[in-house]
Order: sequence, then structure tokens, then C-alpha cells
Amino acid sequence: MATDRFPIEAGHIMLFARSIGDANSIYHDADAAAETEPGHIIPPPTFVQASAQFTDGYVLRPVIGEPWFGSGKEPTGVKRESSGGGGGTGFHAEQHYEYHEPVKPGDVLKAVDKPGKSWSREGRRGGTLNFSESITEYYNQDGVLVVTARSVGVQTSRVVE
Amino acid sequence: MALSKANLNVGDQHSEQVVENLTRTQIIQYAGASGDYNPLHTDEIFTTKVAGYPTVFAHGMLSMGMTGKMLTNYVGDGRLTKYGVRFVSQVWPGDSLTATATIEAIREEDGVNLVDLSVSTVNQDGTEVVKGSATARIDD
Repeated sequence: MATDRFPIEAGHIMLFARSIGDANSIYHDADAAAETEPGHIIPPPTFVQASAQFTDGYVLRPVIGEPWFGSGKEPTGVKRESSGGGGGTGFHAEQHYEYHEPVKPGDVLKAVDKPGKSWSREGRRGGTLNFSESITEYYNQDGVLVVTARSVGVQTSRVVE
Repeated sequence: MALSKANLNVGDQHSEQVVENLTRTQIIQYAGASGDYNPLHTDEIFTTKVAGYPTVFAHGMLSMGMTGKMLTNYVGDGRLTKYGVRFVSQVWPGDSLTATATIEAIREEDGVNLVDLSVSTVNQDGTEVVKGSATARIDD
């Protein structure tokens, strides 16, 4: 998920850590974090995924003023090819991270997408499975590569049983 | 606290329950924090009537994030060099997950001590939901 500006913010890290049920003080308490080996608040290992919040046109975030495919009182009928409505569904199949350098609040990351492979196979539960890989490199404000992410998505041809 | 090479053996395991009775509210928290608002995870009407699933289910990345809590508790803060998973089965509201890391190798690379771990998270029925691996820096 490419983005020119992914600001690393302490409050965002705290909310993210809460959402994964992680009470580790290094994610929310700057004083406690100062006493740890990193010496500052750090994000949890999967935090860079939240760069989606800062990615223009990210398809799984409602856009103000535009129809959304989730329901109100009843289904809206808005079709979104990648997320159901046509029988098949897009899923996240794999996620891999390499951590090169520390990340801390105040950093401003830039995420650059690189093309990956695609392949297909017959699945047991969801019909034909079409896989596609994407690689995202996260650089900090000094141009240092801090995290490499490799994501594999799968599109099923029907509902997974 | 970081791990010490002197105290580790291949086959050692560390296990934690990372969630008990996963709530829909926690899934919503994850959607809000991560920015993945796919209604499949939070919108019962869409998920059952439009997408055709029995109920909403957790983001794979929520399961990976909860599994990562077990890993960082084990290897220490800021010690992971690699962490990757496959999402093997869906995780549903009400599930309780237990994550386990197993030491596969203890090695040195460019003068740095490393431990390679296999990672597996299972639900209350023993069904594996996340399968992966991780590498962390360790002390002498």
C-alpha cells in the first residue's frame, strides 16, 4: 500500500496495541518505554499495515460522499468486486515482514510498492484460487529502509465453505 | 527481557492464550486502528445477506497481531528481525486463540546471535488458524 506520508504517531500506536489486546507499556507509556532496550515507544510488529489509513484511494475505507458497500439498515446493493457480492471473495492469504531499523513516534515513513508474482491453483473449499503478491518497502524520513512487507492476496471464485 | 543463547535449546516452546472469547468489539477496534473497514469483519447484514458467510470474522491481520503479542512477550521488545504467517483458517467471534513459538534453530549471522522460530496459533478446537515463522536477535 504505497503512501507518500505515513506519520508514526504515539496515539495511533496506542490504539493499535489496544486493538490486538497487547497491554505492553512500550506501546503507550513514554516514561516506561524510556527504560526499555529500544529506549522509546515502538509500534507492534504488524503496525505498518495501518499505513492503509494514509493511503489515498484505499478501497477498504469509506470515502466521504461516495456510496459504500457495507450495509445501513439493509444492504446498500453497492457492488465491490474484491469483497463479496458475487459469490467469491478477496482474502489476505499471507503476510511477511522484515524489520531492518527501529521505528518510533515522530518518524514519517514513505511506503513504496514493488510488483510481485501471481499464480493460480484449485482450492478445496473456494474453487479456483488466484493469488497475487505485493511487496511494500517502508523508508523513514532519512531515506533508510526500516520495514519490508510482503503480502499475498487470494481471490476465490466462490464463497469459502 | 531478551532471550539468552545460553539458556535456549532447539525444541523449546513458549505458549500464550492471546484472546479468550474474541468479541465483535475487538474486531471493530482493529478495523478502526488498522484502517481496514472491510464490512466482512464488522457488518453482520452485509456478511450474511450479501457475502453469504455465517457471520462476521476477524481480519487475518488481527490474528497475526495477537500472535505477534506472544512473540514479542517471548523474544523481547524490538528484537524481531522477521515475522511472517499464512492465514490458514478463519477466526470467528467467540473464538479463543492460543499462540505457540517453537525454537527451530539457534545460529549466528554476521556476528549476531539469532533464533529461528516456527509459529502456530490454534483455536479452542485445536484448529490451526495462523501458521508462520519468525527470527529474533538474542543475547549470548
